[in-house]
Amino acid sequence: MKFGIVVFPGTWSDGDCHHATSTVLSQQAEFVWHGDRDISRFDAIILPGGFSYGDYLRCGAIARFSPIMESIIRFAERGGQVIGICNGFQILCEAGLLPGALMRNDHMEFRCSWINLRVEQPDSQFSHLTKKGQILHMPISHGEGNYQADPETIATLERTGRVLFRYCDERGGITREANPNGSANSIAGIVNERGNVLGMMPHPERACEALLGGEDGNVIFRSMFTPWRQPADVSQRK
Amino acid sequence: MYLAKVKVTLKPAVNDPQGITIGRALGRLGFDTVDSVRAGKYFELKINEPERAVAEKKVREMCEKLLANPVIERFSFDLEPA
Repeated sequence: MKFGIVVFPGTWSDGDCHHATSTVLSQQAEFVWHGDRDISRFDAIILPGGFSYGDYLRCGAIARFSPIMESIIRFAERGGQVIGICNGFQILCEAGLLPGALMRNDHMEFRCSWINLRVEQPDSQFSHLTKKGQILHMPISHGEGNYQADPETIATLERTGRVLFRYCDERGGITREANPNGSANSIAGIVNERGNVLGMMPHPERACEALLGGEDGNVIFRSMFTPWRQPADVSQRK
Repeated sequence: MYLAKVKVTLKPAVNDPQGITIGRALGRLGFDTVDSVRAGKYFELKINEPERAVAEKKVREMCEKLLANPVIERFSFDLEPA
């Protein structure tokens, strides 16, 4: 699979995404500048973490109007895989490819730490190599990861199985203490209605080698390039 | 030329951790009658438009498209000749 890794002014996790997908997982990966429009050579797009445009105005608000975003919106509409990590998740919400918004962490602090994620939905092109309830260990690094949306949107995400990951404690318990930012329902990652656009605050690309503290992040990238047949009941969920 | 003074605030139903933290700090400083604080953003835009109606329409568009996020925020603005 050929990953396109989008670089905005202020992106900082592009190198990590490249390393994880190419060196660790032996896929093709190429950086693509936010001013470019042609992304037709890629099978999947990664919007990496960082502080695009200095997080001015709102996180992701200005990156959302970069020339490449029009191409990414069309790419997603045609079913192309898009994963937004951290700032990438914020950009996807600002662009309207995912519902809701990422607000200031409820405790007002920037959090940089390893956390636990519980897999809620393994029937997805981003998580089909995991099991429901599996705990993934990976880092977070953000000040604005507090996922919020109106109650109807949250209810729809839950009802249609679009919450892929939730913050949990080491035994898989969903507790207030294990929620690092105040996100509604401890939501850490969601997909769009079609299931081909994932936004998540934790950094799978920084959990790609034992040397770095863990390899749990790889399963997300591996799910992306490993063939998967969508179960009928998932395609019909609304 | 018009000067637009734009205020962007969180919707009432949206929790505002920043405002809560500022409110607590005010309480610690002895301002114990502060009931609540909501933080927001303020912009001043000078707009080269001769007609007020056109300027108003454009400011509204700018708010909807970029200055405010309709998911969590709402906006209001005043226009004055500049």
